[in-house]
Amino acid sequence: MPLSDLQLAAPELILALSAMVLLLWGAFAGRASTAHTVASMAALLAAAVAAVYAPHGRAFAGGFVSDDAATFAKVAIFVASAVSIPLATGWFARRGDSRFEFPVLVILAALGMGMMVSAGDLISLYVGVELQSLALYVLAAFRRDDPKASEAGLKYFVLGALSSGLLLYGASLIYGFAGSTHFDVIAAAVGDGVGKSGVLFGMVFLICGIAFKVSAAPFHMWTPDVYEGAPTPVVGFFAAAPKLAAMVLFARALADGFAGALDQWRQVLIIIALLSVFVGAFAGLAQSNLKRLWAYSSIANVGYALIGLASGDQAGIQSMLMFMVLYMVDVTGFFACLTALSREGKPMETIQDMAGLFKEKPGMALAMTAFSLSALGLPPFSGFFAKLYVFKAAVFAPNMAWVAVAGLVGSVVAAFYYLRLIKVMWFDAASGPVEATPTEARVIAIGAAVFSMPLVWLALHWLDQWAGAAAAAFGHS
Amino acid sequence: MIGLTHYLVVAAILFTIGVFGIFVNRKNVIVILMSIELILLAVNINLVAFSVYLHDVVGQIFAMFVLTVAAAEAAVGLAILVTFFRNRGDIAVDDANVMKG
Repeated sequence: MPLSDLQLAAPELILALSAMVLLLWGAFAGRASTAHTVASMAALLAAAVAAVYAPHGRAFAGGFVSDDAATFAKVAIFVASAVSIPLATGWFARRGDSRFEFPVLVILAALGMGMMVSAGDLISLYVGVELQSLALYVLAAFRRDDPKASEAGLKYFVLGALSSGLLLYGASLIYGFAGSTHFDVIAAAVGDGVGKSGVLFGMVFLICGIAFKVSAAPFHMWTPDVYEGAPTPVVGFFAAAPKLAAMVLFARALADGFAGALDQWRQVLIIIALLSVFVGAFAGLAQSNLKRLWAYSSIANVGYALIGLASGDQAGIQSMLMFMVLYMVDVTGFFACLTALSREGKPMETIQDMAGLFKEKPGMALAMTAFSLSALGLPPFSGFFAKLYVFKAAVFAPNMAWVAVAGLVGSVVAAFYYLRLIKVMWFDAASGPVEATPTEARVIAIGAAVFSMPLVWLALHWLDQWAGAAAAAFGHS
Repeated sequence: MIGLTHYLVVAAILFTIGVFGIFVNRKNVIVILMSIELILLAVNINLVAFSVYLHDVVGQIFAMFVLTVAAAEAAVGLAILVTFFRNRGDIAVDDANVMKG
């Protein structure tokens, strides 16, 4: 194992070492402290910087890939993870439930996500997915004296383990019929996919397993329950970064390992994508709990990202990456608002709780309006550009214009629940005073809102270039 | 003569039993954990059988990774189950319904 292999994996090594050091620190100190929290954020940001400067290439006999796509995804993932730490530690501290394990688990999850986006073969794919998932199961059940949280953790664990099983069964079939776990050898063995039913059978299992992880329909049933039960800042974390990691993994496995079989996996992805869009749109209509509502919203949004991926070409993957990053900002900001708002000591979690928010907390109401309109895809907001990229990629891909049209219909249906939330916030009468909002959540919420409305116009040019470079890295294994 | 196909069929049967064990079982979460183990072991049979058939050691290395991760997964699963039991005093699947769905 040459030294250069370790250089390529520098971001992951930083995270792994700091997770161990922070765990020991916490164990000896016996309690959470501000210094511990700040050090964990510093470790994540250092890993993001290391990801930018990491040399490109393949390490560990091809099992670990460092390229533009990995850099792009890692920077977004590590920064989003770092943002979630102050949000959550503040929330837990207000409930007298601070624990030093929280930042350590976030770092371990981020390490798993880094492995996922850098996976060059099926073994590192599996190890990355499991490292991320095991940390997330624990995070979902993190408030261990809360019956809802432990139920959410249990449901997440059972269905997550099932999805890992599906993914793994697919991986074993692919290994057997293609003769290797490396994506480039698999791509060579698949050829154009005609008559390779064994490998393609494995590929479908693999797609099902990853679709579970991104909560795409029909594998979405865990999402609403887990979102409702898990602690709010934890939901903000695992609605953002892990989705991007799993989508990049999707692109990595399909565009690198099954480039020749594009026609076969495109059909599967289109079905999953449209099902997600419509399940997210229609089932969301019946929800009154905001966390459940945003669970369905995330199902629908993953559907749009999958439409981009199903286009299969460079523009399609680029649109998927843009979509996921812009969506991550929205969802982090929205859950930052939810962690901040409480009325008479109770967190505001249903749509009716938001009544009169504009009179009480105009800043928060404006931010939540921005996130809702952005998730809906209304023009001046970031979500509009995200959807624009996806639909453009779909329209220019062969025989996929109808998918873009169907996706558009789905987002019109979903508009109802976003607009209802806005109407309740702005025009309904309040039922009581809203308590003061904590600083860190307010800063994150306002920051994300400012990004989704004017800042995105400036950032779009750079984001477009980075995502373009990242998308160009796929399919050359 | 027992060939590759026999192993694959056994693995496929075990895998199916495991998946059904998760969905059909309505009684006990421990049984679900056992079903998950069954799925992972089915995968291991696949991997080792392919490894021997292909004369390629990677499949057995993969199986080692799967065994290790399965142990970690069982530990995390049981830990979550313990917190669930403390809150409920019961581990029946039917009781996991504070939230609908």
